[in-house]
Amino acid sequence: MIAAATLPRLLAGIDPSGPLDFHQHELLHGPLPSSREAADLIGDLERAGLRGHGGASFPSARKLQAVAQARGKQIVLINAVEAEPASEKDRLLVECLPHLVLDGAVAAARATGAREIAFAVRDGARDAYGAAARAIAERPRGEPPITLFAIPDSYVGGQETALVNYLSGGPLRPTFTPPRPDEQGINRRPTLVNNAETLAHLALIARNGEQWFRSLGAPGQPGSALVTVAGAVVHPGVYEIEYGSPLASLLTVAGGPLGTPRGVLLGGYAGSWVPYERALEARLDDAELAVLRARVLAGVIFFLGEEACPVAETLRLARWMAGQSARQCGPCLHGLDALADELATIASGHGDGGTLQRLGRLGELTAGRGACAHPDGAVNCLLSALETFEHDFAEHARSGPCAACGLPATLPLPDWHLPDSSPQRRRLRSL
Amino acid sequence: MTRVRVNPIACEAHGMCAELLPERITLDEWGYPIVDDRPLTAEQLAHAELAVRACPVFAVLLEAAR
Repeated sequence: MIAAATLPRLLAGIDPSGPLDFHQHELLHGPLPSSREAADLIGDLERAGLRGHGGASFPSARKLQAVAQARGKQIVLINAVEAEPASEKDRLLVECLPHLVLDGAVAAARATGAREIAFAVRDGARDAYGAAARAIAERPRGEPPITLFAIPDSYVGGQETALVNYLSGGPLRPTFTPPRPDEQGINRRPTLVNNAETLAHLALIARNGEQWFRSLGAPGQPGSALVTVAGAVVHPGVYEIEYGSPLASLLTVAGGPLGTPRGVLLGGYAGSWVPYERALEARLDDAELAVLRARVLAGVIFFLGEEACPVAETLRLARWMAGQSARQCGPCLHGLDALADELATIASGHGDGGTLQRLGRLGELTAGRGACAHPDGAVNCLLSALETFEHDFAEHARSGPCAACGLPATLPLPDWHLPDSSPQRRRLRSL
Repeated sequence: MTRVRVNPIACEAHGMCAELLPERITLDEWGYPIVDDRPLTAEQLAHAELAVRACPVFAVLLEAAR
């Protein structure tokens, strides 16, 4: 029998005041099928069409297959770092539904032959850390041991090679690939790195099967997704949507906008700004969003309020993204600073006809030339702002700062700094 | 088929690669290589091998083109 094709899936039974304990979790979802019962989990994931929910949207079955086939002692790494400042979905899962995430990690470990699980939570997410620690203690005997790690707060710290580097005793900075983590990850062991939400979906596919999974969603992007609605809306928060559903319906569920938003940032700080009116016509899946040159990515949907200045917000974001560069790759290190400088020239009213051209050229020089996708994402986001808020940028280039330029930032830009690059030797027990 | 690739973390903008393989590598305004990663011809491959050996930080690599 196939369970009904309705939402919520992941968020079923959620109690916002605290985590469901193991007993409550099993009453809700039933026991996790054994590896004998879910004998072809990787095949099921492939047929289900599950893709990663951390931003890169990589086919999950291929990751599991690569780790299962690699030589060495496999390990599963739960990536719940969620370094996208406007995103709250992974934190919500870990704080309220930790056993769904852990079920996914246990099932993935069994399917890949891993006998150990590492669980990475961002240092600043203290409640998530506490909920994760309690949930680990509640797991039944006979499962792979789970070790919890607090990862220093930084944007690129959520990137999988940076995490693997850090958990191997190195700095929290991305590494050159190959080798990819599935070949040589933590301490050179084949490492399956999966986002927390991806593992929660995996836990439900292990129970309900691929047909159930595909009974919701868009043709090219089956299933549901957690999204974080933020900014100028009545009820900001985490919502579960069906891929392909209208953004306007989500906005209605979130209580509607506050005023008339200036624009919408889709995906996160590597994502794309789109005009509010266009966003209202959009459907939330990558094929539909392609016409807006946007993607769902990590599921952030940020509404920029009508009183905010898009130029000032973009400039602050550009500086922040430049500051979050690991400063390892020349084009990212120089390019993001240069882009922010050009934006500052426009914002202060000193731009000329050449400034916009130079921004475009700097974007081309910067994107795609780092070891990780940080410069690509930052450039994509900044250039989409130039297009979406074209009139505001033109007005600032002519007349300088507007009355709203001095207002406080509405995009969350936390005070995060990459830790010192010098490798500290940390003894990571058992990894 | 082989293509040239640069490890951007290792690269320190010495610029030797652009001297030795100008057919495939130019430098940006900060001195870092901009790589054309189309497959190399036999003659370019010989130049690319020189570039690999000349890089003082071993940042130039040859990879099988997909």
